[in-house]
Amino acid sequence: MIVAPVLRLCGITKRFGSLVANDAISLSLNRGEVVALLGENGAGKTTLMNILFGHYVADAGTVEVMGQPLPPGHPRAALAAGVGMVHQHFTLADNLTVLDNILLGTRPLWRPGLRKAVARARVQALSQDFGLSVHPDARVGTLSVGERQRVEILKALYRDARILILDEPTAVLTPQETEALFRTLRLAVGRGLSIIFISHKLHEVMGVADRAVVLRHGRVVGEVATADTDRHALAALMVGEEVVPPKVAPPTPGPVLLRLDDVTTAQAGTATGLRRVTLDLRAGTITGLAGVSGNGQAALSDLVSGVIRPQAGRLHIAGAPVTHWTPREAVGAGIARIPEDRHSTGTIADFTLTENAILEGYRSRFAKGGWMNWRAARAFAEGIIRTYDVRCPGPDTRIRLLSGGNMQKLILGRVLEPGPRIILANQPVRGLDIGAITYVHSRLLQARDAGAAVLLISEDLDEIMALSDSIHVISEGRLSPGFARGTMTQQQLGLWMAGHGFADAA
Amino acid sequence: MRLEPIANPSVLRRLGLPASALLATIAVASGLAAVAGADPLATLGLIVKGAAGSRFAALETLNRATPLIFTGLAVAVAFRARLWNIGAEAQLYAGAIMAVLLGTGALPGAVALPAMALAAMVAGALVLLGPVLLKTRFGVDEVVTTLLFNFIMLLFVSYLLEGPLKDPMGMGWPKSAALAKEARLPRIVDGLRLHWGFGLALIAALTVWVIERRTAFGYEMRAVGLNPRAARFAGVPVNAVLVKTALLSGGLAALAGFSEVAGLKGHLTLDLSPGFGYTGIVVAMLALLNPLAVVPAALFVAGVFVGADSMSRAAGVPTYIADMLLASSLLFMVLAILLVRFRVVRG
Amino acid sequence: MTALLDILLSATFWAAAVRIASPLIFATMGELICERAGVLNLGIEGIMVIGAFSGWITVWAGAGLWEGVAVAMLAGMLFGLLHAVLVVPFGLSQHVVGLGVTLLATSTSYFAYRLMLPQVTSPPKIEPFAVWEVPVLSDIPLIGPALFAQTPLTYAAFAVAALVALVLWRTPLGLAIRAAGENPSAVDAQGLSVTGLRIGAVVVGSGLMAVGGAFLTLSAFSSFFFEMVNGRGWICIALVVFGAWRPGKAVLGALLFAAFDALQVRLQQTPLGQVVPYQLFLMAPYVLSIAALVLMSRRASVPAALMQPFNRGER
Repeated sequence: MIVAPVLRLCGITKRFGSLVANDAISLSLNRGEVVALLGENGAGKTTLMNILFGHYVADAGTVEVMGQPLPPGHPRAALAAGVGMVHQHFTLADNLTVLDNILLGTRPLWRPGLRKAVARARVQALSQDFGLSVHPDARVGTLSVGERQRVEILKALYRDARILILDEPTAVLTPQETEALFRTLRLAVGRGLSIIFISHKLHEVMGVADRAVVLRHGRVVGEVATADTDRHALAALMVGEEVVPPKVAPPTPGPVLLRLDDVTTAQAGTATGLRRVTLDLRAGTITGLAGVSGNGQAALSDLVSGVIRPQAGRLHIAGAPVTHWTPREAVGAGIARIPEDRHSTGTIADFTLTENAILEGYRSRFAKGGWMNWRAARAFAEGIIRTYDVRCPGPDTRIRLLSGGNMQKLILGRVLEPGPRIILANQPVRGLDIGAITYVHSRLLQARDAGAAVLLISEDLDEIMALSDSIHVISEGRLSPGFARGTMTQQQLGLWMAGHGFADAA
Repeated sequence: MRLEPIANPSVLRRLGLPASALLATIAVASGLAAVAGADPLATLGLIVKGAAGSRFAALETLNRATPLIFTGLAVAVAFRARLWNIGAEAQLYAGAIMAVLLGTGALPGAVALPAMALAAMVAGALVLLGPVLLKTRFGVDEVVTTLLFNFIMLLFVSYLLEGPLKDPMGMGWPKSAALAKEARLPRIVDGLRLHWGFGLALIAALTVWVIERRTAFGYEMRAVGLNPRAARFAGVPVNAVLVKTALLSGGLAALAGFSEVAGLKGHLTLDLSPGFGYTGIVVAMLALLNPLAVVPAALFVAGVFVGADSMSRAAGVPTYIADMLLASSLLFMVLAILLVRFRVVRG
Repeated sequence: MTALLDILLSATFWAAAVRIASPLIFATMGELICERAGVLNLGIEGIMVIGAFSGWITVWAGAGLWEGVAVAMLAGMLFGLLHAVLVVPFGLSQHVVGLGVTLLATSTSYFAYRLMLPQVTSPPKIEPFAVWEVPVLSDIPLIGPALFAQTPLTYAAFAVAALVALVLWRTPLGLAIRAAGENPSAVDAQGLSVTGLRIGAVVVGSGLMAVGGAFLTLSAFSSFFFEMVNGRGWICIALVVFGAWRPGKAVLGALLFAAFDALQVRLQQTPLGQVVPYQLFLMAPYVLSIAALVLMSRRASVPAALMQPFNRGER
């Protein structure tokens, strides 16, 4: 007997100008099956999902759910047909409760009353059945990242989704939370749901998926049952070549360049502050900071960047205590800062490359007596464009028009060119393609070997473990002891990430 | 529908869309004239003739444009740093008050005018400083506070004109005493009714342009306006930049009051400004916040006002057509500018 | 001191306070709906003017008072639609467009007024809404005349406030509107149209603002004159902040504000008014609004996505 697939994408093509984002992509999903959709950033995964959800209209091709064609360009159609999506960037309203977020859009708008009691009971039943514990009346803003993800899944289940699509669901979870998520997914599959799992973490794909579909440059380049393949083969399919992990020479540690001495920072809104953190950054080493997002990474990053000051405790630079602390002081102290969000913090979208290149040094290096020296500024930008291989029409282009990788290269050039002693790299490769990732990593390693002290903050444990000479884990604002390279397994770090092992753990 | 950015807008797009905004405004004008029972083409002709059809008309337009250049610059500077100064009206009156205070006194002739201008700028700056400090210290939205300050300032002027500054020879009218002769701005050319306030306005426009393009402060101002978060992260002292911008903006708006009192009216009344502060917003937006473009924008706006006044007397179309045209041109223009850089796509 | 007490204990004072609060309540509710959906509507001042004018001219032309209210509402909704279309799908600056709408609505009113009444120096009067005394309740001392001897539009203002609270917090539509002001992506992901919700909220909210304006001509002053709205719209924006974006608190804020306004008018007649210039009394409402903004700034519970345009392509 041939079972009809629950979801069938047929010959989907979508062009943006001259770029072909999706090129005749076909994909089918059977009942009770988990299919992994693999591909680098820019391979076309997001575009494909946006077409499925009616956000984009495909230039060619059809979408069928349960044998019925979906009308293109109607966002409600996919939801109504039983397709639920868990976005990588959660689509939750922080100031509303869990129940409100789940209820949103589930009842016709013009009906009176919300019937919250009925809804609450149903949410609780679903939580129970799928192992998704979360309090329905909690405000979403107070929840952890893992809990928020559960709310997203509950949103889909509440709408009776038969097909679940998860976009990079494990990027923000601890290994243990990831295990819990996989248990939920198995429960769902057991109840006849089907799942598309978008990821680039190959070991997870091997663990959870029945089948993998690999996209590259908008095309399907491979489709294999996970039982018939291995990680290396998948990686090669994804990138088009064998992936070589960065070669890391043993470090030559120097003196402590930055010291946090028992530092506590204020809680800013819902963001966690640091709690009595002591940390040494040594010349010639990369210190990795692992942790689930929202556990104080932002506070540590802001502190080192000069955006916030310690509420208690002290900051020392090269042995000298810091008294006045602002972004300008931080730059002046020789700290290169690569911010987490290159679009909203790292660059000014409507400024040109030149104007962005001098953002940190305009007063000290490109102005005299208050008058700008635009010629020097432009020369500086041109130098970065050359040295760091920034692909762009020229230094007068607005940076908004650059790809993420090229934007990041400009930021790298801006902060590395003055020859910094300390480097703060907060999620430096998030959202970049493999080429750009390799480039950024090699630059960081180069800087380390030249004697800089690097602090690498990332939610990607693989990245942290590959690059760091010493690893700290941050959880609820507390910092673990430093672990030397190779002394900890992923599972052990995961326990720390979940808050086990800290002296004052509850 | 969705907006999609255009990497390199064509010349046709860059010139054609603003031109269509202008055409749309003209269409609105014709429509309004028709509604009022007048011949559209004749009405348009009368507006143009009334604005620039004779030497008298042209000078009238230049005079009317003078305060608008100042308030337009004040708004352009502030909006550039995304400081929503809607209080140019209040700052204008602050400048006018200082002009009267110092201009009717015993200051010797040579220093009277510079002292008045300087005092006006300081007063205007201080008036805007209040709302800006409330913004930087407490996070109070400056739109509402600067708007409310306009009403407070008008009542204050009313109090002054019925009290301390009342002209004893004014036959009971709420008006101030007249400025001393040395405290009046001279005419640019003898016999022509155009005073040096206009020259001062042109100098101000050029100065502001140089500040924006060539100085570190101008760079900071633009950075703060486009992305305060990134600016702060990079080390731009955002609050200090906002305060400095406010001082500049308030000072510029106050010069409008100074120039009206010292150049045109010779005394202060409650109707010194028929909304120059608010109209400055239209001027600044039509100029796309470019200080040099403020001058032609102010001339255009002044022309519409002066032309509509004259047309109204001749053709009987209510003079408020001018305000309607400016409001429409403002809305058409912001839409046109958006469409230069974005294209509307379906799905 | 006794003068102050006399004022506070007089029924006319409290009746005046409720009367002064009524237009503010309409307009504040209108602005609150817009801002809850994520849109700042600085068109409020002009929309109140067009409401005041269109309601009045309709009645003056021979229509009934309620028809006047309906026309005012429609006129307000029309200008609200203009604001909404420019700032929601096109994502233009809500500040600039709002001020433009205020200028356009105000000048349209003045233009039409001059067109229809070219010669008059003092505007003609209409027969305004009469007071509806609620039997029995209006006889309660102090509270009775204040709350139960008002014009129907005042009762409507309070009913509208209750309705707004009910819809926003007790219906699927209200939940969707609030979510649009908190995180438009959440609304979009659940298959609802952010654009539709926001445009709808702005249009309906603007209709209420216009009714607030119409209150001035149809219930309070019985004729239309220039500058009659006189910053009330801006004050309502302050009241939304003061009320922490909650209808109940905003109504209380409007009443408090109106009480001060009624008080300053009466204080002008007391010996204090001989000493202090009257302009100082007239400044009180504006100063008070600024003070309220400063006071509430620390614990502002502003909708998270207020003034953030939503363009799906940029998610």
